[in-house]
Amino acid sequence: MRVTQGCFSFLPDLTDAQITAQVQYCLDNGWAVNLEFTDDPHPRNTFWEMWGQPMFDLKDAAGIMAELAACRSALGEKYIRLTGFDSTHGWESVKISFLVNRPKSEEGYQLLRQEGAGRRIRYTTRPYATDLPQGRRYR
Amino acid sequence: MSVCGNGGDLRQVDLRAEFASAGIGEILDRLDRELIGLVPVKTRIREIASLLLVERVREKYSLSSGPPTLHMSFTGNPGTGKTTVALRMAGILHKLGFVRRGHVVSVTRDDLVGQYIGHTAPKTKEILKRAMGGVLFIDEAYYLFRPENERDYGQEAIEILLQVMENQREDLVVILAGYADRMDKFFSSNPGIRSRIAHHIDFPDYTDPELLKIAEILLSQQNYHLSDAGRTALIEYIGIRRTQPYFSNARSIRNALDRARLRQANRILETGGVLTLDALSTIDGEDIRASRVFKDALQIRAEL
Repeated sequence: MRVTQGCFSFLPDLTDAQITAQVQYCLDNGWAVNLEFTDDPHPRNTFWEMWGQPMFDLKDAAGIMAELAACRSALGEKYIRLTGFDSTHGWESVKISFLVNRPKSEEGYQLLRQEGAGRRIRYTTRPYATDLPQGRRYR
Repeated sequence: MSVCGNGGDLRQVDLRAEFASAGIGEILDRLDRELIGLVPVKTRIREIASLLLVERVREKYSLSSGPPTLHMSFTGNPGTGKTTVALRMAGILHKLGFVRRGHVVSVTRDDLVGQYIGHTAPKTKEILKRAMGGVLFIDEAYYLFRPENERDYGQEAIEILLQVMENQREDLVVILAGYADRMDKFFSSNPGIRSRIAHHIDFPDYTDPELLKIAEILLSQQNYHLSDAGRTALIEYIGIRRTQPYFSNARSIRNALDRARLRQANRILETGGVLTLDALSTIDGEDIRASRVFKDALQIRAEL
C-alpha cells in the first residue's frame, strides 16, 4: 500500500528536477531545508530521524540535492522526507514536508479490532513493517 | 545540405547583440571606473568574460562540451583588491549564467578545517553547500596546507575541495587568494589544485598616484575632501609609508584616512565655536602630518 503523507503525496513521485525546484522555492523563501528518514511509516509517527544537520544559510538547491543523493545511497530502502523549516519569529515551524524516497515494496497496514465492553469495537492500524525491530525493517 | 566547399557551417551569430543582452558590458565598465589601476587584472577579466560569452554562444549551438573550468587563483600583496575583484567576478559569472545565484561565500582556514578527527569533513562540506550556486572565496588559501605538521587536518579539507572542484564544476566556482610567494609554495606542494585552476591572476602593487586617487575616492564616499595642504601631505605620506614595514597598499591608506578623520574631529572640537560645513568635511595638512609615519621617518633620518 502506497504511503501518502505530506505535500504532493497523491501525485506520482517527484523527479529530481521537480524536487530541485521545490527545494529552490524553500530556499528563496529563506526556509532551512532538512532531510529526515524513518522505517516506521505510521502516520502518527512524528519522530523521524535527521540526516545530518539542519541546513541553514544555503542559497542554491545543489547542496541539498547532493545530501539527498548521499542519504539515498545509504538509506535507499527507507522513507526519506524533505522539510522546509521557517525560523521567522512567530512561525518557527515546518512549512512544507514531502516524501522524496520510499522502499521498493510497501507492505501497508493491518487493521486491528479490539472488542470492548458490550458490543463496542475499537479500530486501529499497525504497519506490518513494525513486526520487526528497528533497523531490520525494509531490507 | 552544405553550400560551402569545405563543409563549414555558415549560420551567423551576432556576438555584439549577445554581449549587450548579457549585460556584462555595464559590469566591466563599472569595474574600469571604480577600481583604480590594476590594468593587468582588468585585461584578464575582460578576456575571461569574452571567453565565457563565446562559450555561451557555442553552447547555444551545441558546439561546446561540458561546463568550462572557472576556478581561479588571485595572488598579490596585501591590500591590492583581491577580495573586491572576487565580488565583482561573482557578478560577471552570474550575468553570464555560469553560476546560478552569484553570491560570494568568503572563508579562511578556520571555516574549513576542524579541530579534531572527524570534524573537518562536515565543516568543509557545510561551507561547500553554502557556496553552491555561487563563488567560494578562500582567503589566504596557503594556510590550508601545513607541511610541518603531518597530522594537520588541512589536507583533508583540500581533498574534499578538490573532489567538488572537479565533479561539481557547474555548481560552484572556487577562487583562492593569497600572497604570491606563499601561494607558489602551496601550489607546488599540491599539484592537484594547481592543475584544476584555469586562471591565475596576479595583482600588482598600486603606484603612488593610484593610491592618492583611491584615497580621494574613499574620502568622497564619506563626504570628506582634502584641502590643498592635505593633498600635499598625503602625497608625502604615501611616499614615506611605502618604505616602512607592514605596508599594505590601499588598506594602509584607508587606515591612515580613518586616523586622519579622528584627528580632524579632535582639531575642530578644540578650536571650537562656529564653523562652516566645509570645514566640517575638510581634511587638512596637519591632520595627516601628525601621523606617527612622519615622526618615524624623521627619527630614521636623524639616526642616519
